[in-house]
Amino acid sequence: MSHADQLTARDLIQMYRWMVLTRAFEDRICGLWGKGGVVELPHGCQGQEAIAVGACYGLRQHDQVMPSLRTRGAFLVKGVSPRVQMAGVYGKATGPARGKATAHHMGDAERGVLLGSGVVGASITVAVGAALAFKLQRKDNIVVDFFGDGAAQRGDFHEGLNFAGVFRLPIVFVLENNGFSEYTPLSKHFAGSDFACRAQGYGFPGIRLDGNDVFAVYEAVQAAAARARTGGGPTLLECVTYRYRNHCEVLPPEALRDTAEIEQWRAKDPIPRMRAQLTQRGVITDALLRKLHAEVEAEIDDAVKFAEESPSPAPEELYKDVYAPEPPELVVGRRA
Amino acid sequence: MRELTYREAIGEALREEMRRDARVFILGEDVAEAGGSFKVTEGLLAEFGPERIFDTPLSESAIVGAAVGASLMGMRPVAEVMFADFTTIAMDALVNHAAKMHYMYGGELSAPLVLRMAYGGGMRFAAHHSQTVESWLANVPGLTIVMPSTPSDAKGLLKAAVRTPNPVIFLEHKLLYNQKGEIPEGEYIVPIGKADIKRPGDGVTIVASGLMVGRALGAARTLAGEGLSAEVIDLRSIQPLDEETILDSVEKTGRLVIVHEAPVRGGFGGEIAAVVANKAFGFLDASIQRVGAPWTPVPFSPPLEDVYLPKEEDIIKAAQTVLGAGVT
Repeated sequence: MSHADQLTARDLIQMYRWMVLTRAFEDRICGLWGKGGVVELPHGCQGQEAIAVGACYGLRQHDQVMPSLRTRGAFLVKGVSPRVQMAGVYGKATGPARGKATAHHMGDAERGVLLGSGVVGASITVAVGAALAFKLQRKDNIVVDFFGDGAAQRGDFHEGLNFAGVFRLPIVFVLENNGFSEYTPLSKHFAGSDFACRAQGYGFPGIRLDGNDVFAVYEAVQAAAARARTGGGPTLLECVTYRYRNHCEVLPPEALRDTAEIEQWRAKDPIPRMRAQLTQRGVITDALLRKLHAEVEAEIDDAVKFAEESPSPAPEELYKDVYAPEPPELVVGRRA
Repeated sequence: MRELTYREAIGEALREEMRRDARVFILGEDVAEAGGSFKVTEGLLAEFGPERIFDTPLSESAIVGAAVGASLMGMRPVAEVMFADFTTIAMDALVNHAAKMHYMYGGELSAPLVLRMAYGGGMRFAAHHSQTVESWLANVPGLTIVMPSTPSDAKGLLKAAVRTPNPVIFLEHKLLYNQKGEIPEGEYIVPIGKADIKRPGDGVTIVASGLMVGRALGAARTLAGEGLSAEVIDLRSIQPLDEETILDSVEKTGRLVIVHEAPVRGGFGGEIAAVVANKAFGFLDASIQRVGAPWTPVPFSPPLEDVYLPKEEDIIKAAQTVLGAGVT
């Protein structure tokens, strides 16, 4: 029996809800952008929700995820609240690091979210290091490391995956192939046929799969995670998807795009697709769906209200946490 | 007192810290089987085994990035990048990850790693294996930069570096590895951030770091023969910078020479000069002099490299300049 087959109706509804919540969050901040309040330039992940949700659902609290620029769902599924994420988008004191980190690149030690990087792809080696720690500590935790097709062209992809392969580290590399590196389409930044085959060069399996199928992602990550937990080493999962929005909200979605292409992908949208499956299986009814969608909208309303009403960080916050506290017998003379 | 070389002192610090704390491990190129390019980690594999010290692929970015990730998860990695010139290819992991973790995690976590690198010229290793890099990293809040000049300082400072919860760049000069020095018996720590007056004096302050400390001391001995008294301050770390010790000395001597092996222009000496000009201007009897490398890459051929590296004569000349200018 596959991992996905073991999901209960409750699991399925929860996964669907995470996807809807992710989409609603992204749609809301894109809608609010430019109208005041939102200070973090949205880099929307609409269309890619199945990857973060499918990959993170069922992970343990102390498994670490390294988010990418397009994994809002990873934060949410790992337990970072929409309020904290939204406060981050607003740059408020109630947000990540009390206003010193963005929602996209925040960490959460308690919930197992590694701090990512604005230098996309550079965080691959840090995720590998977390997996190295788990191996050295003989823990059966794993790391799920997200990055896009653009990031896969960085040298850190090669260094990180090779390192993970050499030491057989407990890590699952989830490559979100959304067809674009910022504004540049895949055809212009990649001469190869697929990314999954690269794993062969690092001595571990690479699998290309439908990134708009939440069950396919869940199945692949769960299988890779089970292997990783028992010393089987890394896996590279190339999840093929499509990003509806542009790189960021500086340009409208249709700029530099073939609108027919966007429409083709809308037909494969992961959310209606999962909804149809759940309806067909009788897991969810129209009434339940209406309730769920209304709840999600209310949750986003609440997050926005929370962010808007939250205080901005006090100026002295700037100087806090540059260095961790040290006893004077080790280090003296720190100054702002 | 025992005598150890700088190399042995660093190795001893690593051994003691690995014995003390099971979270400490060493990773880098050729650090385990080969004992390190400069033999600093020789013998550690035999004592601690391949889970505590291991060789990595030729991947400086991954070495430092992995050290960052492992440190976040509770380990205490000591990473070796064999030549400090390779900072360039590990720079992102250092600058954008290690240095910023505590800040961006809002104080939840930090990256307690040590990055050991061999720096400096004089071994005819040419442009890519001879550079002195501290000023590349000195403008990055969150980092700590240590440059020991003696075996006993190297040992005590490295032990502090391993134990502090913050990332530390530990720069070892290649020409110092064979230098012998007395090592205190038993356990000791040298706190990072405290400069050391290696020679007291009252006529001129010479501030130096790393290999240049020995040359400053040589210059001071020559100056003493001329009846000139130089105080030599070994910074030991440039981040944090012990401003008090420098300012106290300048207030006494009224004259300052700053020596470093990196090029003068854009070098950390400019920062020290600015601190003194800002906080002790009224005490200065002469303009501040800086001694360092010229504005060129490190050359290969010995006659060229000998011209490139700051020498005792350069320090003597600078000291004579500030002393002459100040004589009334």
